[in-house]
Amino acid sequence: MVINNTLSYRSAFTLIIKRDLTIAFRHRDDILNPIIFFIIVVTLFPLGIGPESSTLSRIAPGIIWVAALLSTLLSLDRLFKSDHNDGSLEQMLLSPHPVFILMLAKIVAHWLVTGLPLIFIAPVLAVLLHLNENSYGALMLTLLLGTPVLSLLGAIGVALTVGIQKGGVLLSLLVLPLYIPVLIFATSAIDTSAMNLSYSGQLAIIAALFFGSLTLAPFAVSAALKVSTN
Amino acid sequence: MWKWLHPYANPEVAYHFTGKILSWFSALTIIILSTGLVWALLFAPADYQQGDSFRIFYIHVPAASLSMGIYVGMAIAAFSSLVWQLKLADASAAAMAPVGAAFTVIALLTGSAWGKPMWGTWWIWDARLTSELILLFLYLGVIALHNAFEDKNLAGKAAGILTLVGVINIPIIKYSVEWWNTLHQGSTVSKLGKPSMTIDMLWPFIFCFLGFALLVATIICIRFRTEILARNSIRPWVRDLVISENK
Repeated sequence: MVINNTLSYRSAFTLIIKRDLTIAFRHRDDILNPIIFFIIVVTLFPLGIGPESSTLSRIAPGIIWVAALLSTLLSLDRLFKSDHNDGSLEQMLLSPHPVFILMLAKIVAHWLVTGLPLIFIAPVLAVLLHLNENSYGALMLTLLLGTPVLSLLGAIGVALTVGIQKGGVLLSLLVLPLYIPVLIFATSAIDTSAMNLSYSGQLAIIAALFFGSLTLAPFAVSAALKVSTN
Repeated sequence: MWKWLHPYANPEVAYHFTGKILSWFSALTIIILSTGLVWALLFAPADYQQGDSFRIFYIHVPAASLSMGIYVGMAIAAFSSLVWQLKLADASAAAMAPVGAAFTVIALLTGSAWGKPMWGTWWIWDARLTSELILLFLYLGVIALHNAFEDKNLAGKAAGILTLVGVINIPIIKYSVEWWNTLHQGSTVSKLGKPSMTIDMLWPFIFCFLGFALLVATIICIRFRTEILARNSIRPWVRDLVISENK
């Protein structure tokens, strides 16, 4: 990949997205495994709790969202790891373009291959969990606004741990507490929608979290990467 | 304007300066904390509703507010380390993290010990308890990240970034937890009706609070000095110090 000085910010951004998507589609397992993990985690809950549909529909939002958090966490590792190992991450940091634009591109690409599929699979799993019929819209919307927040905040954690050999467990320790607000507002939006009430307030807060992390996280990521790559 | 502050950025000067204030801090801690604790636990009047079990308040509340205060202190240190590249600020943040985590644990344990006689349960998912628990997770994350790096300078920077991300998140987490709590839980647990304190309860509390704050300052001073020595172990002044102390 050649990044030269004449490249505009916009084309650098799209170039990184294209590159990351190409790499992702050449390693399909990396995309599929977190999704399979998501499905398996969701199916474990009915087995552990029992098949009563009333119980399941009560806890379905929480199960789906916790499973989404965990599968995002699982997929975060590949965000910077291979680029760090083969040195291309350092080249990006050395490139004349602002680092946060390139990192934002990488995060967008990561969300496209890991966050977006969850939105399409979640309704199917919601059927298995007897989610209330009124809640499907809220489920899709919270996932649409919430999973990018997970990718953005998670990227900070990965950027901090990418230089460490056994960063996997550490990453979850760093990132999961930061995910709590998204979890709270997403599940409460879905719960509210089940009662046929308006959930626009919760949705607005998730959107605020989304835009807040969209503007701030790339800077934190580039600062963290400069520390980790030293 | 800031010229008087510059000499203290030198590790050697900072080491000797903290050595001087350490003796003051530790002496004051012993006097004020022991006065406060004896006064609070033996002589302060018992609460008319809660009896003697309310006395845990004198330990619980200082620990809880200090656990948050130390995080803010860590964030300020992390910020000054990132902006002005002060290595000593990293050392002080590293010194503060375990102390803050310990006080968070104390606040949680005393809180649940207080909750058992008052609420009849060790733990409820009350907003304050939950956000204190999450604060503990944030502390543990910072400490774990610090331990994961071999190079302490890198560790300080990485932990500093995480601390700053955490400090932006703390208000968000706090309000979201409060909101979650009011949505999910009705008023099953009657909140402790806190009457505004009488003077003879307030004074021992002030002493306890000051005493615990000084205790924190003392421990952080000791840890800070150790951090300075560990980070500068190859410097000649540290070697001279060791030789002169071993004589």
